[in-house]
Amino acid sequence: MAEQLFYFFIYPGMLFAGIIGIIFAWADRKVTARVQFRQGPPVLQPFYDFIKLLLVKETILPKNGSVIFFLLAPVLGLFGATAAAVIILMPALGLTSGFRGDIIVLFYLLAIPTLMFIVGALASGNPLSSVGASREIKMVLSYELSFILIIAGVILKSEMTLQLNEIMALQQSQGAFIASLSGIVMFIAALVVIQGKAGMVPFDMAEAETELAEGIFMEYSGTAYAIIKYTKYILLFILPVFIAEIFLGGLHFEGIHILWSILKVLLVLVLMILIRNTNPRLKIGQAMRFYLLWINLLVIAGLVLHYIGI
Amino acid sequence: MGLKSFSLKKSLWVFHFGGASCNNCDIEILDCLTPRYDVERFGIKLVGSPRHADVLLVNGSINKRDKPRLLEVYDQIAKPAFVVAFGACGCTGGIFAEGITFAGPVDTIIPVDAYIPGCPPKPEAMLSALMKLAETI
Repeated sequence: MAEQLFYFFIYPGMLFAGIIGIIFAWADRKVTARVQFRQGPPVLQPFYDFIKLLLVKETILPKNGSVIFFLLAPVLGLFGATAAAVIILMPALGLTSGFRGDIIVLFYLLAIPTLMFIVGALASGNPLSSVGASREIKMVLSYELSFILIIAGVILKSEMTLQLNEIMALQQSQGAFIASLSGIVMFIAALVVIQGKAGMVPFDMAEAETELAEGIFMEYSGTAYAIIKYTKYILLFILPVFIAEIFLGGLHFEGIHILWSILKVLLVLVLMILIRNTNPRLKIGQAMRFYLLWINLLVIAGLVLHYIGI
Repeated sequence: MGLKSFSLKKSLWVFHFGGASCNNCDIEILDCLTPRYDVERFGIKLVGSPRHADVLLVNGSINKRDKPRLLEVYDQIAKPAFVVAFGACGCTGGIFAEGITFAGPVDTIIPVDAYIPGCPPKPEAMLSALMKLAETI
């Protein structure tokens, strides 16, 4: 029992994933600044933001909303993100081999933070938050189908293996999935889907700060907002790790492979940041059409290419 | 200096309240975000919601219609928060001070922590004021 709690709260769960996520969030802001020819914030900037929100600022409760759901939603979202982080990171760090079907469980766990943000936004009783929540629901309806199709494609490519650890072992013996044409097609689709899951710029209509004033997070302040920020840091870390695990040959922390593993994760992260910096925010209808039509067609093309054997 | 006050000093998030402004100050505030001045070096960023803000930046003269809205925005900010009056109109009323709709300079409505005079103030003046404000925390 103590071992499981250690895995969940300290390593590789809440604390470890959060600290690496804070460094990734700094990298996000620094690369953004360099793309715009600015100097950018210091290394510990996301940490200062987090401590300020957690310890200094007061938490304002909504007058017209449901206070219990408003405060419970960020905590449940953090726990969902942490559970996903444990299942994603444990096989990568070689702690346990996971269990059969964990890639299916991950699909559900990665949906929990977004669903909890929606619950929190609707509980706040703010009209702009409600608009943000409705946009987030539309985004979830759009990208989850592409996401499950991508996971189905990975399972097909790994000869019906449902275990993350075995998928990684298979790629280490037979070559990474991205080395084939179908793998490249599905990797591009997966990159766009995690962009939407992390709520980064072309798909950030739910928290559009210029039109909705932060949308779903509008009413949050102080400690509750710090927990939301922490959940976002964890998601920014585990989503690139997940893509590196299922497409780029898996992560392996032994000898020279440590360097390659870190470079793989950083490559996915930098691709996400560059997509974010070179695209304007879409309208919600454009985003739905983009996912439901084009990305789904891309993934299905990938599946067909896999059956042909390319 | 404790960790709490140090992190508050290093990450001041600004919410911009524009009163009845002539838009000159607004343009100078946007100048601070450009690569030449880059306020993100100091951890300062503009936020869209007053719930997330640490600094309320008020510019333009406050007339009778603005006054209740300014009070409401001030109540919505999560404390501790600071108020900065920007430009001649924010500090004293400027050329609008004798108008019939003028409802008083900002410091007669809400407590003000820093004044930035000028019509409009230069972006360097805003950076200097925010740094001096951070020194007092």
